[in-house]
Amino acid sequence: MEALSSLIGGFSVLADPMNIVYMFVGITLGVLIGVLPGLGGANGVAILLPLTFSMTPVSAIIMLSSIYWGALFGGAITSILFNIPGEPWSVATTFDGHPMAQKGKAGEALTGAFTGSFIGAFFAVLLITFLAPVIAKFALQFGPAEFFAVYLLTFCSFVGMGKEPPFKVIAAMMLGFALAAVGIDTVTGQLRMTFGSVELLRGFDFLVAVIGLFGVGEILLTMEEGLAFKGKSASINARVVFQTWAKLPKYWVGCLRSAIVGCWMGVTPGGATPASFMSYGLAKKFSKNGRNFGKGELEGVVMPEVAAHAAGTSALLPMLTLGIPGSPTAAVLLGGLLIWGLQPGPLLFVEQKDFVWGLIASIYLGNIAGLIVVLTTVPIFAAILRIPFSVIAPIILVICAVGAYTVHNAGLDIAVMLIFGVIGYLFKKLNYPLAPLVLALVLGDMAESSFRQAMLVSQGNLSIFWSNPLVGSIVTLALVMLFWPIIGAVMQRLRPGGEKPAAAE
Amino acid sequence: MKLSIASAFRKSVAAAAVAAVMAPLGALAWEPTKTVEFIVPAGTGGGADQMARMIQGIIQKNNLMNQSLVVINKSGGAGAEGFLDVKGSANNPHKIIISLSNLFTTPLATGVPFKWDDMTPVSMLALDEFVLWVNAKAPYDDVKGFLAAMAAAPADAPFKMGGTGSKQEDQIITAAIEQKTGKKFIYVPYKGGGDVAAQLVGGHVTASVNNPIEAVSQWRAGELKPLCVFDEQRLPYKEPVTAKMSWGDIPTCKEAGLDIEYLMLRGIFMPPKATKEQVEYFVNLFKKVRETPEWKEFMQKGAFNTTALTGPEYTAWLGKAAATHKTLMENAGFVAK
Repeated sequence: MEALSSLIGGFSVLADPMNIVYMFVGITLGVLIGVLPGLGGANGVAILLPLTFSMTPVSAIIMLSSIYWGALFGGAITSILFNIPGEPWSVATTFDGHPMAQKGKAGEALTGAFTGSFIGAFFAVLLITFLAPVIAKFALQFGPAEFFAVYLLTFCSFVGMGKEPPFKVIAAMMLGFALAAVGIDTVTGQLRMTFGSVELLRGFDFLVAVIGLFGVGEILLTMEEGLAFKGKSASINARVVFQTWAKLPKYWVGCLRSAIVGCWMGVTPGGATPASFMSYGLAKKFSKNGRNFGKGELEGVVMPEVAAHAAGTSALLPMLTLGIPGSPTAAVLLGGLLIWGLQPGPLLFVEQKDFVWGLIASIYLGNIAGLIVVLTTVPIFAAILRIPFSVIAPIILVICAVGAYTVHNAGLDIAVMLIFGVIGYLFKKLNYPLAPLVLALVLGDMAESSFRQAMLVSQGNLSIFWSNPLVGSIVTLALVMLFWPIIGAVMQRLRPGGEKPAAAE
Repeated sequence: MKLSIASAFRKSVAAAAVAAVMAPLGALAWEPTKTVEFIVPAGTGGGADQMARMIQGIIQKNNLMNQSLVVINKSGGAGAEGFLDVKGSANNPHKIIISLSNLFTTPLATGVPFKWDDMTPVSMLALDEFVLWVNAKAPYDDVKGFLAAMAAAPADAPFKMGGTGSKQEDQIITAAIEQKTGKKFIYVPYKGGGDVAAQLVGGHVTASVNNPIEAVSQWRAGELKPLCVFDEQRLPYKEPVTAKMSWGDIPTCKEAGLDIEYLMLRGIFMPPKATKEQVEYFVNLFKKVRETPEWKEFMQKGAFNTTALTGPEYTAWLGKAAATHKTLMENAGFVAK
């Protein structure tokens, strides 16, 4: 119970009222950063980092990590209301969140998302409190082959069950891979598909693409369908929070699964984005309501949020114990630690007890504070949908453009965003799925480099993917996921008189 | 009485007015008139980014500038995006860039058209060291043992060197070791230095040439051990880092029997056609930055080589470094055709 007494010590660090003030300032800034697409947690924290110079390290990390929690919460808001993911990890939240808003259930979706975030973070911080040393060792097991196996599992768990025609899924995914390949290639150091253009050097940023595909694409669709938001008749009252909470307990199995997926992806630096996709895919496959996913299921909103927040929180664990950042934002915080004169790594827990436990205590309090802040705003945000389309659409477009520009401070990205908007519109019209394209764009690059690193290490021998129990089981699990519909059908045939096929087709 | 006060007042106003007119004449020095962009040709969280944000914080805390400084990452194309931006901003004194070795390596490896002398050199801030690291469980404790084990490694399982990026500083050093020893590594490129150190701890690669700051925490925790430093002299830092060793106890690679030297530039450049006064302003600014206790502590934590040059010495150093990189890259076959 040493952890418990240290934690109580941590809470006493927080007793300084200034630290509580920094926490609320951080949460509020973070929610704003999360709402603005493009200005992600990593950018937001990086911009504010020098401001924390004159603070003590404890106050500084409390404020910056609160920005991070706020951004994790805030990403869900625009995803649900306008189909614009404010952060990469809230893309999966749009799949059911936006349809719910269109059905007039925006309040319910927001409450589900925020509560899910809170559950995920809470699970992860319990893990950090009690299992930090054990988990930290686990992260070291991950070499290139293991990383590739994790990315493969994300693809397979997401793809093996689409309702869309398989060839359309493959076409969308290949386009995503092609776009992800533009820019510098880490493994050879060569430029690819830049055609001598300076603007293409930076490649296609996932965020710019997503803002266009989802945000601008959605506005184009709405314009065609009659210049009005569906779901503006949403009834708004504060009780929606409690009504939604009453529905959540029955999803506990799914929440637990998503939290485990999230923590695992956060610790092995897979990150929050793959965690949310994987969790959504798994929920779709295993839930009783899996067929209704994509049409506005509360479960489809809660699960990716649980996973994303669990991953985002547990990403701090390898950062603190090993000095490896588990997410881009964690990477910036890591830089912060060095600037404040702290050395992240195995000795931080021993040498800087006050700092570490103050931070962990602030994760507990920060998330409770965050939940209170965002839940009280649910009615306000839900009311935004009542504003006439002709007023809100130009505002959204401007926010999208600002967001696309902010990602790399590049004017051309606004044009790229508009082009992606048209692509998003065409995809919807032709009934191509957007999710595989987005997934390939965000993970394609990382999956490719880890595959090629693994091939370098093994000198071209594919058996490296079964060279130890860890990587072998992940790869096998991924292949089972991919071929699940076929495996399911075969099992049915082998078992005559079995129940009706529950195939995920 | 009243009159004399009034006249004194009038006199002082006149004096103030004269002073106001004189001031700009007296100090012809240029000063920024709007926000200065500080370009980092690398992603957030890396070594150059950390240094840039550290500088931004020091300037802000000590009020060293009358305008604000914003850090902007332009990492596309191994940093080419940032350098091309500065190269194309001639006559814009409100933009500076911090460089890494990619200033020399990126144009050679990718063929993107920029060179160090396309920009105006301002000041060298420091040089970053490279250390040869191995896992603490490795059976050898010095370079000799390492080289012997490397030579004895079977052909189908050669030593694996982990490094940051491809055809950049880490791989250049790797290639230099290969040329000295005649044995090949498998070079495995990763995205960042922190990843490389963790991969070495996990035993996924055999060795790395991480910068001190990237691997120091793993060294102190007894997970990694340093074999030698790729500098001409031992590091000057005598404070103990682990129970037994300080940075200064690490032998140079040359004295340990591996005659290779490599240091990475951390320097500042301005766009082309900057005037002498503008360069002067930034030279002074960074001189003040380097004198702050925060900077000195940062240098010590990261075991930097604190050589700092300006003016013709800096330009001469750059010319020499560019030539060295060209030779190293050509010998390793890294130059784009």
